[in-house]
Amino acid sequence: MSAELSDLYQNVILDHNRRPRNRGRIPTANRSAHGDNPSCGDQCDVFLRLDGDRIAEISFEGSGCAISQASASLMTTQLKGKTVAEAENLYKEFHEIVTTGKEPGDMSDIGAFAGVHAFPARIKCATLSWHAALNALHEDPAPATTESHKD
Amino acid sequence: MPSSWDRIRDQFPILDQQVNGRPLVYLDNAATTQKPASVVEALDRFYARDNSNVHRGLHALSMRATDDYEGARARVREFINAADPEEIVFTRGTTESINLVASSWGSANLRKGDVILLTEMEHHSNLVPWQLIAQRTGATLRFVPVTGDEGLLDLSSLDKALTPEVKLFAFTHVSNTLGTINPAAELCQRARKLGIITLIDAAQSIGHMPVDVREMGCDFLAFSGHKMASVTGIGALYGRRALLDAMPPYQGGGGMISSVEYHASRWKPSPERFEAGTPNFGDAVALGASCDFIDSLGRDEICRHDGALAREAYEKLSELPGIRIIGPKGERGGLVSFAFGGVHAHDVVTFADEDGIALRGGHHCNQPLMKKLGLTSTVRASFYVYNERREIDALVASMRRTIKFFGVDG
Repeated sequence: MSAELSDLYQNVILDHNRRPRNRGRIPTANRSAHGDNPSCGDQCDVFLRLDGDRIAEISFEGSGCAISQASASLMTTQLKGKTVAEAENLYKEFHEIVTTGKEPGDMSDIGAFAGVHAFPARIKCATLSWHAALNALHEDPAPATTESHKD
Repeated sequence: MPSSWDRIRDQFPILDQQVNGRPLVYLDNAATTQKPASVVEALDRFYARDNSNVHRGLHALSMRATDDYEGARARVREFINAADPEEIVFTRGTTESINLVASSWGSANLRKGDVILLTEMEHHSNLVPWQLIAQRTGATLRFVPVTGDEGLLDLSSLDKALTPEVKLFAFTHVSNTLGTINPAAELCQRARKLGIITLIDAAQSIGHMPVDVREMGCDFLAFSGHKMASVTGIGALYGRRALLDAMPPYQGGGGMISSVEYHASRWKPSPERFEAGTPNFGDAVALGASCDFIDSLGRDEICRHDGALAREAYEKLSELPGIRIIGPKGERGGLVSFAFGGVHAHDVVTFADEDGIALRGGHHCNQPLMKKLGLTSTVRASFYVYNERREIDALVASMRRTIKFFGVDG
């Protein structure tokens, strides 16, 4: 297996794909958003309970490749407890990681997605759930689509 | 086999390359086929010697280019056995051909209460244009069902579906997702008895098997050049002369008018009526050359070759643990579509690419069918004249490696 492929399918990603965290609907969610990746048919719904400015609970449902499912799962673990502004900053960092391959400053698990940058067609797989989460936070009524964002 | 099959891969220089350190195994032919040297040379020759705008120049090059363009039309007529060349309209491909019929024929002939009959296995290009014209005219859509994973049309329900409200029946000849070969002649005959207009989407059959519009008895037939060893950006619409002559223009512009005044114009007959603007004559020449290439191999032979590879792939893949293969078990077009329980199609395709194998993974522009089958995506391997049995072995080995990596190999 090539170095690029083993970087893409890191253990953290395989683990989240096999055993997704926070999968399902939160009954008490007060925000939700749907995301589509029209080029491959991947779908993602994000549910969250916003308590003031803080994400008290967050979950997802959806279907897609290992990268998209692992990204959604890992995202929920990262965003729980964060404020809206912290979530936005974390997305910026995540976006930089998946588009440039830059390792994060700390030992955060989102660094596992650095290998995605070598596979440009898969960047949208990694960012789909994040787009949906940000739309939910911003109460954007339109479904998130990977086509309307710069990744 | 005839001699044109000897050393056939030499006619496709693109195949002679390494991808990710492995010999390229190109199995994405249902998306687009590769182009033989003879087709690329025909294109090159046209631009090196004859290029000029057609139909209006009085100089030598324009006359030559016009002869080349109309020669390509005559070649396409012969290729699909249309009655006359005026029944061949050059378009950008299958999608534009279907949009032309939906928009032009549809706006003149459909009204509220009418029904457009389709099947559940249509590509988005033979579905969305009908949704658009249905919205504009008040007509509605109806679908002939597909029978589960085997992916055959439920012909027992056809008589019930063919009610007097049905004005047009559009269906695919060969499904790009299932590999199903539909009984086109029978479907056209049953529709025609009731006065229903028929349209065949021949995108997946045109380069792979004999396609004879008079034998099938269709009113319209749409196809693309790039799926039949020709270049992108060119395709054709066949339409019965009487229907085309009664249809309003699709687009307006130069080349399609007989006279123009400030407030009104009159149109030329088909095919010029439907070819507004400077036509794509260079690529039409390449389309004619691909008809020659295909006939040099023989369409019955191509059908046998691609079908045999697809059946062998079906048999070998079906031994893999956790695989679900969709489409007919028996006779099928030159493709196999499948899914694994625990591995998404895109992950499979990424792993295959590392083995130098080009596959397609996704919904194949067939989202409603996928949903009906309870799938979000499949992996598709599709074959053409240059594929070999050893490439099936490479495919199966790559699939084994992938499912082992993801731990779904039982």
